Amino acid sequence: MTDSTSLVNKYLTEWMKKDDTEDFSDIEKSYGHYVWRKWAFMVGCIIVAVVVIGLSLTIGTYKISFLETYQVIWDHITGNIQDVTKDDVIFNLRMPRILAGILAGAGLAVAGACMQSTLKNPLADPFTTGVSSGASLGATIAIILGISIGGMGVVSNAFIFALIPTAMMVAISRMKSASPTMMIMAGIAIMYLFGAITTVLKMWSDPEDLKSLYMWEVGSLGLATWEGVAVMTPVVILGVIAIQLLSRQLNVMATGDDNAKALGVDANKMRTICMVAVAFIAATIVSFTGMIGFVGLVCPHVVRIVIGADNRHLVPASAVFGIALLLTADLIGRTILAPTIIQVGVITAFLGGPMFLWLLLRNKSKVWG
Amino acid sequence: MSTLEVKNLSFSYGGPRMIIQDINLKIEKPGLYCILGPNGVGKSTLIKCLNKINSPTKGSVLIDGQDLTGMTNKDVSKLVGYVPVGGNDMFSMPVMDAILIGRYTQQKWKTTSEDLAIVARTMKLLGISSLAMHGYNELSAGQHQKVAIARGIVQEAPILLLDEPTANLDVRYQVYIAELLKGLSRMAKMTIIMISHDLNITAKYADEIIMMAPPGIIYKIGTPEEIITEDTIREVYGVDCEIVKDSDGKPHTILGSALWIDE
Repeated sequence: MTDSTSLVNKYLTEWMKKDDTEDFSDIEKSYGHYVWRKWAFMVGCIIVAVVVIGLSLTIGTYKISFLETYQVIWDHITGNIQDVTKDDVIFNLRMPRILAGILAGAGLAVAGACMQSTLKNPLADPFTTGVSSGASLGATIAIILGISIGGMGVVSNAFIFALIPTAMMVAISRMKSASPTMMIMAGIAIMYLFGAITTVLKMWSDPEDLKSLYMWEVGSLGLATWEGVAVMTPVVILGVIAIQLLSRQLNVMATGDDNAKALGVDANKMRTICMVAVAFIAATIVSFTGMIGFVGLVCPHVVRIVIGADNRHLVPASAVFGIALLLTADLIGRTILAPTIIQVGVITAFLGGPMFLWLLLRNKSKVWG
Repeated sequence: MSTLEVKNLSFSYGGPRMIIQDINLKIEKPGLYCILGPNGVGKSTLIKCLNKINSPTKGSVLIDGQDLTGMTNKDVSKLVGYVPVGGNDMFSMPVMDAILIGRYTQQKWKTTSEDLAIVARTMKLLGISSLAMHGYNELSAGQHQKVAIARGIVQEAPILLLDEPTANLDVRYQVYIAELLKGLSRMAKMTIIMISHDLNITAKYADEIIMMAPPGIIYKIGTPEEIITEDTIREVYGVDCEIVKDSDGKPHTILGSALWIDE
């Protein structure tokens, strides 16, 4: 019989050298290429977004050319306004819509990536904790009953009610150390409860109110105003930064709660922090744009297929991809049947659905499990 | 090297039933220490108390004389590496990234060439270099196990806890991993504590065996020769067996019949 430990000794001796004489350049090169691909993807998304922003700003009854748009923006930034009408059209009529698209696209995609990573569930999205059902009930109360908490009608009602399910879930998780599955099930239970109340209220409403409610539920960037953008901007930026700062902890959580704790990350605490951050982002966006679905669910998956699941890169890449997708969808929705506008949520599903299916079928590796 | 001391340790998951009871253990020198015992006897619960995944209901765990209660989980992770049982489902990422997660405590925001080098060296040690850029979700259960072991090793902690590290592995890698853990304890002066259900691998490689028995107690601690006996196997596991000596003079168990099953 051969000395079986000699093989181990040989490899262990090499492992313990740590003198950097060994050449791992192939692995480092492959890894470097993989990291480069992530940055290339992000730069590509930013380029698409910048072009789409320019195109979007040209669309409308008042004609402004593509290049002229950037000139007007530059003049406005430098304080050298040449054409007041064009400046007014771009900055007061069209810009809030674009900025709302940027904030909603980035916020919803990052919130979705965060929820999927913290709950370790590919079907999680920004609304998994019941934000959508809460916002919907708040909007229904404002539109049908005319009751406004916070004095801003649908906006304040949607925001306040959107946070209630998350508050309930945080309370549940504090009462009992909750697993990701339990969190999702609690979210579903709360969603049905709120949905039932909304349905009862809808049964009492008149057709005009129902139409308004339906328009709000479909979601549109056309509802955006500068006031709304001013509120959305700090919440979304701070929320996205917070999630980005937690991205290494999100990576550790992917190895399971016990292993995360063994590496110094308290998974339960992290889940609560992430849920609160996501709830604020999603509630704020939903309040001003209505329910824009799909972006938060699918964007992170598309990005994962292209650049992998390392949250340090997934979070910013989801943000830029979310912006590019939502603005492109909005542009198509405004032009394809102009002057009729198709709501952005419908176009994101038409655009993103086939793209996602194509990536799923084309990709050899499994996305999950 | 680090010393590990467990004093009067008991743990329950909140109910009245203690999963482990009054455990006392002192490990003062590097080596491969194996925990044996039937299912449900508290082996995993015990090692989760050794790195503060579980906080003791009673008693204490001390590393280098310092009580874990007063330490953060992050501080503990610098002293104790951990390899959980089995693989886990996760979103697809390259094997390299899946192992780099083990560098969380040492790593800053950016992955450094030092991080890549230790991961690359460890992948070579475990024979998985060719899988570096493969998707984690494309791997088999055995390959997941090797990734989990690599993730534990790259923590570079002086104590390493492993929960059934040879589960899912083929026979070549069962032997190789056992030899590797023994080698790490000798050459890197690490204290390695692993849970196993394989009596023969344990007897062949362990420096000491901690035999646990119902109701969550330590039945006996000793060398393989002291622990792997026909009487102990019959009493703790309820299995008839014959013990012979292998070529190294270590006890080798030839299993007979099961004598009872739990009610």
